[in-house]
Amino acid sequence: MKMTHKPRSIWRAPDISARWWPVFLRNLLVWRKLAIPSLVGNIAEPLMWLVAFGYGMGALVGELEVNDQKVPYILFLASGSICMSAMNAASFEALYSAFSRMHVQKTWDGIMNAPVSLDNVLLAELLWAAFKSLFTVTAILGVMLALGISHSPKLLVAWPVLLAAGVMFASIALIFNALAKGYDFFTYYFTLVLTPMMFLSGVFFPREQLPPIVRAISDWLPLTNAVELVRPLFMDQWPAQWLRPALVLLVTTVVAFWVALALTRRRFRA
Amino acid sequence: MVWDWNDTPAMGHNAPMRQPLFQVRDLRKNYGANTVVDQLSFHIDPGECLGVIGPNGAGKTTTIRMCLGQTTPDQGEILFRPEPAAPALFMPGDALAIKARLGVVTQFDTLDPDFSCAENLLVYGRYFGMGKAEIAPRVPQLLDFAALKAKADAKPGELSGGMKRRLSLARALVNNPQLLLLDEPTTGLDPQARHLMWERLQLLLQQGKSILLTTHFMDEAERLCHRLLVLDHGKKIAEGRPRDLIAQHLEPDVVEVYGNGALALAQDDALRPLAARVEVSGETVFFYTADARPLMEALAAHPALRTLHRPANLEDLFLKLTGRQIREDA
Repeated sequence: MKMTHKPRSIWRAPDISARWWPVFLRNLLVWRKLAIPSLVGNIAEPLMWLVAFGYGMGALVGELEVNDQKVPYILFLASGSICMSAMNAASFEALYSAFSRMHVQKTWDGIMNAPVSLDNVLLAELLWAAFKSLFTVTAILGVMLALGISHSPKLLVAWPVLLAAGVMFASIALIFNALAKGYDFFTYYFTLVLTPMMFLSGVFFPREQLPPIVRAISDWLPLTNAVELVRPLFMDQWPAQWLRPALVLLVTTVVAFWVALALTRRRFRA
Repeated sequence: MVWDWNDTPAMGHNAPMRQPLFQVRDLRKNYGANTVVDQLSFHIDPGECLGVIGPNGAGKTTTIRMCLGQTTPDQGEILFRPEPAAPALFMPGDALAIKARLGVVTQFDTLDPDFSCAENLLVYGRYFGMGKAEIAPRVPQLLDFAALKAKADAKPGELSGGMKRRLSLARALVNNPQLLLLDEPTTGLDPQARHLMWERLQLLLQQGKSILLTTHFMDEAERLCHRLLVLDHGKKIAEGRPRDLIAQHLEPDVVEVYGNGALALAQDDALRPLAARVEVSGETVFFYTADARPLMEALAAHPALRTLHRPANLEDLFLKLTGRQIREDA
């Protein structure tokens, strides 16, 4: 009896079951041992930016006009930089940490010798990076509340939006994780993708300052759309246009995870 | 020894029609124009240890990878029959159901460096869908089996090579598997650690586990394996029980001669007719013969040379079948 096998398409639908949970739990257990030092590392830098720029530059800039409402610069900056923190935390975890587990420690190989599929491992890494991003964001939000930067009750809505942003940036980062041959590769991603996006997405200054062509590009950047949703919530307003940015976040997440899954399957197919 | 497998179902040793537990038929894998596994068929019976030996690049690791569903074969089928009467499960379609019944020890340890030995077992058990309440009572037994009772709280980084391998073995047993896939389980271990590993594997065989083992150590293969599969260039070149293979392919006695001037003896017209086969490897001449006495008497004329008279073993077989040359691409 002979059977010939056609390799299954790497673009086939995700095969997800409840087995992503023990993988997520594994990462949680490792992190629990290092949570406090990692918390300090995760929130110290964004807070330094906020304090130095917000109070320092804020004294020079004074107030900005956003959606016909005057806001202090520190509030403008806080609402943008928290999206940036979500992006950085999710990206870092889905790149450096996931790559360590996938390639250096071969943790994934060990897991996949048990009845856990690659699709579930990747989903666990996605949700784990999003969880860490949410944890960082929550800590920063707490400090912002303590500093009295915003008291908007709508921050409760900003919280799940920031989680969604974390999921999106983790999905994108996992594409680069699937392509990486070493850690050096991630430096390019941070300096050539994330850093320019940070400056073009209205985190530090209003996008009205950008030349029209650059602004047209900026309209479609994932970080821009996260900021568009989060900033009004910090100002105790509902986003005037929420459907388009929400759709950009959703579509980017779905497409990026699918691409990341396909490329990771290709990497492991050998 | 407190570890027992009384929860293992009877393996059907006395069943009149014994179905293989694991079976591979006509397996083929190409990488580009290169055929790395070619028309390979073998099976493993319940309670049996099958050894796969072959030089580097013979296709052992690719075969293991296909058995684990990590590499899709171009042709052929791999099936697992959990019980004699049960329908077979096929790789890669039923990969998860098969892996639930396998224990795997890979060539390179994939232990979690951030967890203690006990945590490594606990976390790994969860990948099989086991709850903490189910795994926790097994952890001390598994650690005891691996002779790591005192190391329950130590992290893998603090363990010796042998301890790490035994922890990997204990981890592979967490789901009480029917079949163990062991890829070079004793490579890099010192003799004591290797003997302890062998003892543990023997124990598992006595308890009814089946084992698929790859190894470069012929003493390991001879000691543990009920049957052997010799692979070279992706093809099966011999299969059988170790003793049978030796008897089938080799003269029963070997005389090794080494020392200054030993190599000249390979061309010696007085000695050559006394051996069925003469081979040279490095500094040593090997005389293969059915009757070593005349040869030994003739060699007494060369007291400066060291001679060793011994029965033919698996290493002789391996070298005869796969050649003595070092392979540049290996």
